[in-house]
Parts: sequence; structure tokens; C-alpha cells
Amino acid sequence: MKAPHPLAPELRAVSLRDLAGLLLALLLVAGPHALRMPWWLTLLTLGLYGWRAQLALGRAALPSRWLLLAVAALSLAAVYFEYRTLFGRTPGIVLLVLFSGLKLLEMRTHRDGAVVAFLCYFLIMTNLLYTQSIPTAALMCAALLAVTCTLVGFAAPQRPLRANLRTAGLLLAHALPAALALFLLFPRVQGPLWGMPQDAYSGVTGLSDTMSPGNLSQLAQSDAVAFRAEFQGATPAPRQRYWRGPVLWDFDGRTWSMGQNWIERFEPPRGEGRFAYVVTLEVHNRIWLFALETAASLPERARLTNDGMIVSASPVRSRMRYAVESVADAQIGLRERRGELERALALPEGGNPRARALAAQWRRGARDDTEVLQRAVDFFRGAGLAYTLEPPLLGREPVDEFLFDTRAGFCEHFSSAFVFMLRAAGVPARVVTGYQGGEVNTVDRIITVRQADAHAWAEAYLPGRGWIRLDPTAAAIPGRIESGLARAVRQGEPVPLLLRPELEWLRSVRYNWEALAHRWNVMVLGYNPERQRDLMSSLGMRDADWRSLTAAMASTLGVFTLLLLAWSLRRLARPDPVQRAWQAFCRKLGARGVARAPHEGPRDYAERAARRLPASASAIQAISALYVGARYGRAASREQIVELQRRVRALHLA
Amino acid sequence: MMRALLANSRLRNWFYGYSPPERGTVVLGHRRVYIVPTRLGWIYAATLGVLLVGSINYALQLGFVLTFVLAGTGIAGMVHTTRNLARLAVSAGRAEPVFAGEAARFRLLLDNRARYDRPALLVRHAGSGAQVVLDLAAGALGEAVLAVPAQQRGWMPLGRVMFETRFPLGLFRAWSYVEPDARCLVYPRPERTPLPAPAAAAAAGASRAQAQGSDDFSGLRAYQLSDSPRHVAWKAAARSGDMLTKQFSGAAGVELWLDWSQLPGALEPEQRLSRLAGWVLAAEQAGAAYGLRLPGLELSPGRGEPHRSACLQALALHPGA
Repeated sequence: MKAPHPLAPELRAVSLRDLAGLLLALLLVAGPHALRMPWWLTLLTLGLYGWRAQLALGRAALPSRWLLLAVAALSLAAVYFEYRTLFGRTPGIVLLVLFSGLKLLEMRTHRDGAVVAFLCYFLIMTNLLYTQSIPTAALMCAALLAVTCTLVGFAAPQRPLRANLRTAGLLLAHALPAALALFLLFPRVQGPLWGMPQDAYSGVTGLSDTMSPGNLSQLAQSDAVAFRAEFQGATPAPRQRYWRGPVLWDFDGRTWSMGQNWIERFEPPRGEGRFAYVVTLEVHNRIWLFALETAASLPERARLTNDGMIVSASPVRSRMRYAVESVADAQIGLRERRGELERALALPEGGNPRARALAAQWRRGARDDTEVLQRAVDFFRGAGLAYTLEPPLLGREPVDEFLFDTRAGFCEHFSSAFVFMLRAAGVPARVVTGYQGGEVNTVDRIITVRQADAHAWAEAYLPGRGWIRLDPTAAAIPGRIESGLARAVRQGEPVPLLLRPELEWLRSVRYNWEALAHRWNVMVLGYNPERQRDLMSSLGMRDADWRSLTAAMASTLGVFTLLLLAWSLRRLARPDPVQRAWQAFCRKLGARGVARAPHEGPRDYAERAARRLPASASAIQAISALYVGARYGRAASREQIVELQRRVRALHLA
Repeated sequence: MMRALLANSRLRNWFYGYSPPERGTVVLGHRRVYIVPTRLGWIYAATLGVLLVGSINYALQLGFVLTFVLAGTGIAGMVHTTRNLARLAVSAGRAEPVFAGEAARFRLLLDNRARYDRPALLVRHAGSGAQVVLDLAAGALGEAVLAVPAQQRGWMPLGRVMFETRFPLGLFRAWSYVEPDARCLVYPRPERTPLPAPAAAAAAGASRAQAQGSDDFSGLRAYQLSDSPRHVAWKAAARSGDMLTKQFSGAAGVELWLDWSQLPGALEPEQRLSRLAGWVLAAEQAGAAYGLRLPGLELSPGRGEPHRSACLQALALHPGA
């Protein structure tokens, strides 16, 4: 009959300190989820945590299995009540959070504690599904330290917390080289291994393929970054920063939509002023990519549609980086098809009679399309239209109501009404959506474009000149283009915090932070198969496939493990200063024929040596006494060690 | 198969990397520290597998970072677990003699010569399962006392001792075997019988005719099984309920011979040794001077701790049948 194993985790009870460590880790990893969960589910989770803490503090017994099953059933019902399903990403994560509380309530031994610790790892991972920003990473690092420290606490329950924390930090520090090697060398594959849950990209914001009154102004209240562009050489002036997105052709009286388009052979346009830049595009779950008007080259594996939209092969579901060039003042669509021009004149039957009447009046008084255009622009300039993030609701005649009654709107109202008017006057026109502007970071010269910069403008077709850009918003509100959204809208409107001009003092802090965030996005989060291939070839590994990468990974890991082992043994091999001084002393005596016998203790040896070498007897005795004090007494003080070393050095045997 | 192979001592020495028992200080070289993942370690590995698949599927770069940091932590944990045991210096201390049936208390001196502490070291006696867990501070000496049940008289070797640790993460279990050259003297199990009648003792050897010396009452002490009923203080026992034995200073004057050959012929040798051991204890307690006669060995009468130890050692090491 063997005695129970005292190190077996299933036999060691969880202490109050262990519980505190796990609770701290859980609060760190479940905290961000709590902000996304309905408040009452958050409260339920906190209730479970608090219940466990109270039981531990009162040294009370844990609830029975039946009670726990009842609470588990209640939690399931609560999640189902909230989400009407138990599957999918969000309900799954909420269940995981609730389950952590339930597991705490049945946690008795270190084995259960380890299960909770591993659950924390999963919760860290689920946080990363929502955001992988630097603050999230920092929070998760703190959680990782707490979990590791708790695991160390399981292994060494008697050890002070500080020592365990130091060990946990040391372990994580030692993990970093191997983690870095694995991160760089682990073969990356593109795309998911299996289907994503339906709601995987539910939180993604961005332009859509339709535009109706109100949806751009909604988007414009978001601080979220749409993309960033790093320019080699000159950056474009604010009025040149039109980032082209979906082109909308079809109007049903209220909503503009893309309709049909097709891929065309790419012919680089000619124009003045060339810009070369790299765009880091955030996830938007759509296939289009953004580039300055007008793109003169295409990113790898991207195509161009007939209406000048750049599309990638699949929806952008991970942060994407592409290089592209653009030229300013290019002529496009010089040979537009007749069918497309007819499509660019189509309007729904009836409606908006006042706008149509005005358009007919322009047409009658104009000799050609150019003059119609001029009148339209003049009208928008002089109509006293106001620019607002909170446009009044429009009824059944949106163009008429906007132009003649409410006279306040956002860029979607301006562009929609402008294109409507041109079409009504017989000039082919279409709506172009995208982003206008963006902010230059003075630290790294990178232009950051946010959702708040979402914009819609117009293109009209003139024979012999092709499609030309006209921005009715800029015509009506010149400040929108030159100085951005925040100065263009009326005071007191809810402009995103980061775009407000009055917070100048925050600017340099913010620029530095954003430069860092951009580097983080590019270097860490943007590490994809292409970048891995580039890095490997710059390291001299041509055509790195998964086999060579795995081999490199395995050998690097082996080397790291050996180095770590060598490090720990090297530290062992070197005796402490007290021991070193004593060995030097023994060598000196040994040279005089008084070698220490293996069995001889320091006192006996010193006595024998003192008898043999009476001239140095007192020095020998003093060293022996110092050594015994430093070695076997309480922890040796610095002075004791120095004194011992000094005396050993000073010992001269006759 | 393995067991049969290991019965061969040279093979065994090769397998364990040392030849037992080892004299002096044994330093646990890293080559004789074995390490395998614990069940928790396997669960950890499975967790990492799931995290890795999740990272690949969702293209989570920070998920990769998390997974790989955890993997690196596992590797670092393995090295730290080895380090917690490697180069620990073990030497055997003195084990005080015990009687058969008691627990021999083997002392192992553990010298942590490293500059870091070694927490949660399990020292376990392979044969009996006697075990102790201790923490060693940086550069500190520690003592592990293993209470190993002593069954047979004679020299009892310590045998194999396992050192084990799971520090720092509990994901790996490192262990090492040491067989220090330590032994404990085990006296025969003493049989609690009354001392032989001094008359018999006197007849057996040259003893002074002076009788038991039980004339001068000197005090009372707690009753022991070997005490003669004639010396029990019955009146005092009736009053207090405790059995007490009258002590007589006169016993100091008695000289006893504890003689193997005087014991009944029906007794087995081991029983004889047990009885003699019991007598040594009783005689020492009574303060008598006693001598011991064994086949081929005679210890002349004496008293006091060294004499008692010498007698008991002679009994312990008496050649077996």
C-alpha cells in the first residue's frame, strides 16, 4: 500500500490565495466580455464569482451537485432567453464566461483549479476575436501573468506570493524567444479551416453596397479606423484625398445601389502627380479595396471593375496590406459604352417634381452638358444648404424635400440629389462612395482614414472628357474638404472625439499612439503568409514551404531549449562566493600539505590545520569561524562575505 | 522482462547511471534527472492544440502569440522543473539506532548550492513509501527525515530514495533516484519480561551473594510491563488508579548476567535475542550493572548508556541461525 502522493494535484485543496489568483485572472479575462454582455448576465457572472469568494472566506462547504446543476440550467435558460440560441459566437462566449463561475463553485482541489486556469486561456482567446489592439494585448498579458502565478502557487503553496510572481515572470520571459521563433516560423495558411459562425463579422463597420439617406451619417459618427496609407514621397493635399470605393448606379427613389458591374482589363491611366503608397486595410468583410483616385496600378491578385472599383478575390476578413499607385487628374472612361451611359441616365418614374422642373429649366437654358453641370454646381453653391450629421428625416420625395424644404443633410443627401438632378437634366451621372480626407500623423507621416471620413460624391460624363468628379458637398460647404468634418458641421453636434479640433493638446500624444498602433497592426497583426514568405526570403530561405518552415521551427525550438538548459546549469555550476572563498582557503592549506579529507567538517579541518601550522593558527581559526557562520548560520550578510574573502586572500602560510 | 534485466547488477548500474550505494555526497547530475509530463501537462498540451486550431481558423495573430507564449512557457517550465532537482547535493546523516518494530529515522542532508530556491521537493523512500515534502531556500541546507519502519534486527540499509518535483507549473514531473550509503542499526524487538531472578543470575555467574537489594525503598515510578508484580505499589495503585512500581536503591548494587545459554531451550534464537534485549533495557532502567553473554561473545558487567548501546548492538549483530 503506497502512501498518497503529496504532489498530486487531485489531492491538494485549493487555498484562499489560489482562489484569489484565479478570481483576479477571471476578472481580467471576463471583464472585456462583461462590457459586451447584457448587464444582467454580467451581474449573474459576478454573483457566481462572489458566491464562491464568500464560501471560501466563510470556510463553508461548496454547493451540492444538484444545486449546481440547477444553476447551470438557469444560466443556459438565461442565455437562450437573451440570444434565442445557444450557438454562435456571442452566446457561446457568454456561456463560457458563466461556466467559469460554475466551475469555480465546484473547485475543490488543484486539479479543478488547473481546469479553471486553462479556461482562462480560452477566455483570453475569445477576447482576441473582438479586438487585438495593444490595450487588449496588455490586459491579456496581465491575465496570463496572474494565471501562471496561480499555477506556480499550486506547485509551491508554501512559497511567498512575491517569489511565485517572480518565478511566473521568469517563466514568461524565458518563453519569449521560443514564442517569437514559433510565431515567425509557424507555417501560416490563408483562410479559415472550416465555416465561420454566422455572426463572426457582425461587429464590422464600413461602407455598404447601397446608400440611402442616413446610413453614411451613421457611419460618420464612428471613430473606427477604415484604413491607413503610408506614402513613399509626397502625400496628397486634402482636396486630392478622394479614396474611391463602390460606385452606385441604380436609384429606386430612395436608395442607391451598385447594380451590375464586371471586371475589365486594366489599363493604367495617365495623369499628373503620381503617388506610391501602401494601404493597411481594416477588416470590413467586403470585397472592395480603397485607393486614391485614380489608381494607376493594382494590388496583387486584385482586379478593376468597369466603373473603377478595385476588388479582391475574397472578402477582406483579416487586416490586409497592399501597395498601390495613383495619379491625380487622370481621364477615365473616355470610351464609355452606350448601354452604361443610358444606365447613368435612368431615374424612377415620377416623384420629386420640383427637382425635375428645375433640372428641365437648366437643360433648356444650356447649350451643352458642360453648361448644365455649371448651373448645377452654381445651384448647390448658392442654395444655402447646411451640412449636418443629424439630417432631418425625409419623406416620400427625398430630393425635393432636401433641396427645397429641410435644406440640411449629409454628403449622401448632397450626392444623391446632385446626381438625381443631373440625370433629370439629361447628363449621365453616378454616385461614388468612399472616403474623403484622412489625417496625416506628424510622427510617421501616415494618413489615417476613419469611418468618420466616409463620403459620397458624384461623377458626370462629358463627351470627350470622360467621367469627371464633382463633389456637391464641397461646392455647398467648401470647409468640409479643406478642414475636415469637424469644422464643417455645426457646433454642438456629436463629432467623434478624435476628430474634434479643440483637443489640440491631445494631438501629439494621439499621433504617437497611432503611429505605434499602426506599427503593431503591420508587424504583429498583419503577419500573413505573404509577409512570412518575404521575411523568410530576406533571411535567405527561398520558397519557404510548410516543410522547411516546420524543420526550421523544430530546430530553433531545440536550440532554445538547450540554451535554456545550459543557462540553468551554468548558474548551478558556479558556487556561491562563500563556497568559492572556502575552496580557495582549502587549496592554500592543501598546498602546505594539509589537504582536507572528504569527511572532514570545517571546524575539525581548521583545528587540524591550526595544529600543523601553528604560525597561522589564529588566521585559520578566524576564517573557519567566518565560514561556518556564513555557510550554516542565518543568511550571510554582504560584509561577512567580503570579510571572508579578504581574510582568505590575506592568508600567507609560512 | 525489465525487472528481470534490472536484477543483473551491472545492467542496473548502467541503467540508473550510478552504482549503489553511493558514498559521501551525491550530486544529482542532470543526466540522472528523469522528466515526463504529468496528466496536467497532457491536458495543457491538448489545450494548446485547440488554441492553435482556433488561431489558424480565425487568422488571429495574437491568438498565435498566446498559443506560442504558452508553448514556450511549457518548455521553460520543463527546464525549470529539471533545474529544481538538478545538482542538488544529497548526503546521508546519522540514523540513531532503533528497535525492530519502530521507525528508523534516516536523515538526509540536502545542500542547495544554487542561488535560487528549490520549493516543493518530495523525498520518498522507494521501499516503504515514507515521504516528506520540503522547500529549500537559495544556498540553504535542509534535512529530510524519512521514518522507515524497521522490521529486522541488524544493519538496515536505507535503500533507494526518490527525489521528485513538479515545480513550477505542475506540467512536468522530474525525479531522480539516489541510494545513499546510509544504514541504521536495528536492535532486536525487546520482549518485556521481568528480569531474571538474581538468584539464578548469581548461580549462573560470579555474582555477589548480596541479595536483590530491594530493601531500601527509594521512590515510585510508572509501571512497565517488565516489572515484577512483587514490586508494584498496590496500595498507591488502589488510591490513584495508576500502576506504580516501587524502586529500590539497592538494585544499584546488583550485578546481573544476562546469559543466552540460561534461557529455556525451547526458545528460538530470535526470541532469545528479544528477551535479552528486554532484559538489557530493564536492567539499565533498574540501575543494575549487567553483563551479557552470547555464544562466542561476552561483555563484562557495566551500566550506563555506552554499555547499554554496546550490549544492544551485540544483540542486533548476533549472527543469525
